[in-house]
Amino acid sequence: MANETKRLGMRLSVAKAYKMYVGGAFIRSESGRYYQVSGMTKGSADAEVVNIPLGSRKDARDAVLAAKAAQHGWSSRSAFNRGQILYRLAEVLESRHEELVTSLVRAGATESAAQIEVATAVDRAVWYAGIADKVSALIASHNPVSGPHFGFTLPEPTGIVAIVAPESPTLLGLVSTILPAIVSGNTCIVVAGESDPRTAVIFCECLATSDLPGGVVNVLTGRAKELGPHLAKHREINGLDVWTPDTSLRTQVERDGAGSVKRVKTHGAGAIAALRDERAGQGLGFVERFLEMKTVWHPAGL
Amino acid sequence: MATQRKSIKRADAAKIAASEPDLGFTGESLWPYAPSPESTDHVVLQKRYELFIGGKWVTPKSKKYFATINPATEQVIAEVAEGNAADMDAAVRAARSAYEKIWSKMRPSERAKYIYRIARAIQEKARELAIVESMDGGKPIKESRDFDVPTASAHFFYHAGWADKLDLAFHGRPYRSLGVAGQIIPWNFPLLMAAWKIAPALACGNTVVLKPAETTPLTALLLAKIFEEIELPPGVVNIVTGARATGAALVAHPDVNKIAFTGSTDVGKRIQAEVAGTGKRLTLELGGKAANIVFADAPLDQAVDGIVNGIYFNQGHVCCAGSRLLVEESVHDIVVRKLRDRVATMRVGDPLDKNTDIGAINSKMQLDKIREMVAAGETEGAERWSSPCALPKKGYFFPPTFFTNVAQSSRIAREEIFGPVLSVLTFRTPDEALEKANNTMYGLSAGIWTDKGAKIFWMAQRLQAGVIWANTFNKFDPSSPFGGYKESGFGREGGRQGLSAYVEVG
Repeated sequence: MANETKRLGMRLSVAKAYKMYVGGAFIRSESGRYYQVSGMTKGSADAEVVNIPLGSRKDARDAVLAAKAAQHGWSSRSAFNRGQILYRLAEVLESRHEELVTSLVRAGATESAAQIEVATAVDRAVWYAGIADKVSALIASHNPVSGPHFGFTLPEPTGIVAIVAPESPTLLGLVSTILPAIVSGNTCIVVAGESDPRTAVIFCECLATSDLPGGVVNVLTGRAKELGPHLAKHREINGLDVWTPDTSLRTQVERDGAGSVKRVKTHGAGAIAALRDERAGQGLGFVERFLEMKTVWHPAGL
Repeated sequence: MATQRKSIKRADAAKIAASEPDLGFTGESLWPYAPSPESTDHVVLQKRYELFIGGKWVTPKSKKYFATINPATEQVIAEVAEGNAADMDAAVRAARSAYEKIWSKMRPSERAKYIYRIARAIQEKARELAIVESMDGGKPIKESRDFDVPTASAHFFYHAGWADKLDLAFHGRPYRSLGVAGQIIPWNFPLLMAAWKIAPALACGNTVVLKPAETTPLTALLLAKIFEEIELPPGVVNIVTGARATGAALVAHPDVNKIAFTGSTDVGKRIQAEVAGTGKRLTLELGGKAANIVFADAPLDQAVDGIVNGIYFNQGHVCCAGSRLLVEESVHDIVVRKLRDRVATMRVGDPLDKNTDIGAINSKMQLDKIREMVAAGETEGAERWSSPCALPKKGYFFPPTFFTNVAQSSRIAREEIFGPVLSVLTFRTPDEALEKANNTMYGLSAGIWTDKGAKIFWMAQRLQAGVIWANTFNKFDPSSPFGGYKESGFGREGGRQGLSAYVEVG
């Protein structure tokens, strides 16, 4: 390749800078730190070795601010509108099918596995798009309390959820963990899989072109071991969803999350593998993880 | 108590009544009541209570007992076994064996009938349970009789009905029980909290090890007697009394599948950290600092009664107590005046007296905590008003108290006092009310008082709290899910949503 590009008359390809996605913008780490990921495939304009931002604690804190700023607007949109945006995301993912497959193959997947993963991810996005305006009907209740009251219980989003996404499946892992959190109105901060976050960045480009408001999903690149505990201790974060086979990291974030009574959910290798399953990898249970039940006693009388 | 009050001449009473709207109550009762104590003749307490493990009353391996006292008289009413880690192990083994051999295998409709039996037996023994609850914990008999005991029974009735309908509860999704549930409950509603914990656990097919609070173990032990009498299979519910170390042994036990805790946020955080990495399921119902928001358009007399019920119910030993009163500025003065007049008529004294509104503070330790917080309120510059009511000479009592001119930043506006102490703050707009109401790490409950239904919904949508009462406060029902947002905990108790705490749903 190097020799070829030196040849007169050849066009030099424009390689992409891979960045984190925070508050709707693609940014480098404030720390200036980076790490390198290598591997390329035919059809990619990228260099053999690319520099990835190594997200810092400050980046995580900035992402929390972005997620918090987006929280009210996102959660107060109609459920139908959130569903529309997720469906738009499915459309955009489908339109970048080949690019996503190429990226997954570059990260080590076989061509056929990558094809299945992208297809499943698109279909899963459609599934979550469709549940947006049914969650309440499935979970809420009228409570037949005694006395002159109209009692009811409704689900509300927990607030800000930090997600440590699984390394693999990469794309399907992001779709399977982010969508059930945001479909109900949560906003989130996601730590992308460390070994090759390039697919995650492409996914962010899809988010950015899906009418999803900036700040609803914020994706950091870097080390889960470094960022996870910072996120677990951050008091403005209400929920934590950690997907890693690393038992000690799971235990650590569970313990760190206790300091602010976070809703901490951790998942090991078995649960990560199950994400590939068309049925076990999605469901109302995924949405329920980051919902709060609000019970209201409304007066009834003249 | 009432006999100590000086009676007021009819003419004086008329004069005072004529001075409305400022009644100028001095704490002297206009209408002296004769003492009306509930008779305790019917109740026979044992001198000493053992642990209830595997359907038997067993002496603790610790060989230790502790005294439980009546906080209204400071007299010992019984000795109770103090379980240690070995006792806890025996209880968990009994629960595991009952789970595997009996309870998880039993037809759900049979499980339901056992739970119905418990509910009925509580009704039949209501009077005994109410008296012992008031003796052991200090709460007024009218509350234990009319609220704690009937609501406890109602929780068993409600959940009995779920036991054979779980397949309907989760939209056909697969579900399974968890196994052994370790439950730790507080001293403010001893029997009711036991019911909130045990009823859904049993309905969902789990077995239980329950650790009652150190200062109020008796009604849980009477409940164990009920389990014996209704022939609940041995080991399905085990009761291990003790203090903090006993509870810690339950949390730490490796063969417990689920921990359910109701208590302070500090202890809840420690438990959450403790279970990290163990795979144990956890639900927490922790502290609160609820805002009770009164708009100028509220029916004010009704609101004042709601404020009183919100903070002085059960001596303020209520995690969802409306301990921060947010009043719209334009009606602040009149609300405070009405509140003072109303609170001055409240009768503090013998918990067993049917006329008593506010009973004894649960323990010396809690009384010290309340005193410390009230002193902090005064130091920080808030204006204190305490009812001038007479207090009994013996026992732990504190007069109903409120503070005005309270700064948002002061301790009495931020920290849970868990006593009959209210902080009054003001607001000018609904947005400001929301801002102040949500400005807390807690999120258990909130109250809204207004005449406008739309305003109730608007506020309810924005308040960060798990339970919102509008034009009422401190209402509970087994069909109504209860639990917190933020650092008030997670998980719900009651209603269909409460079942999720005791099953794994696919």
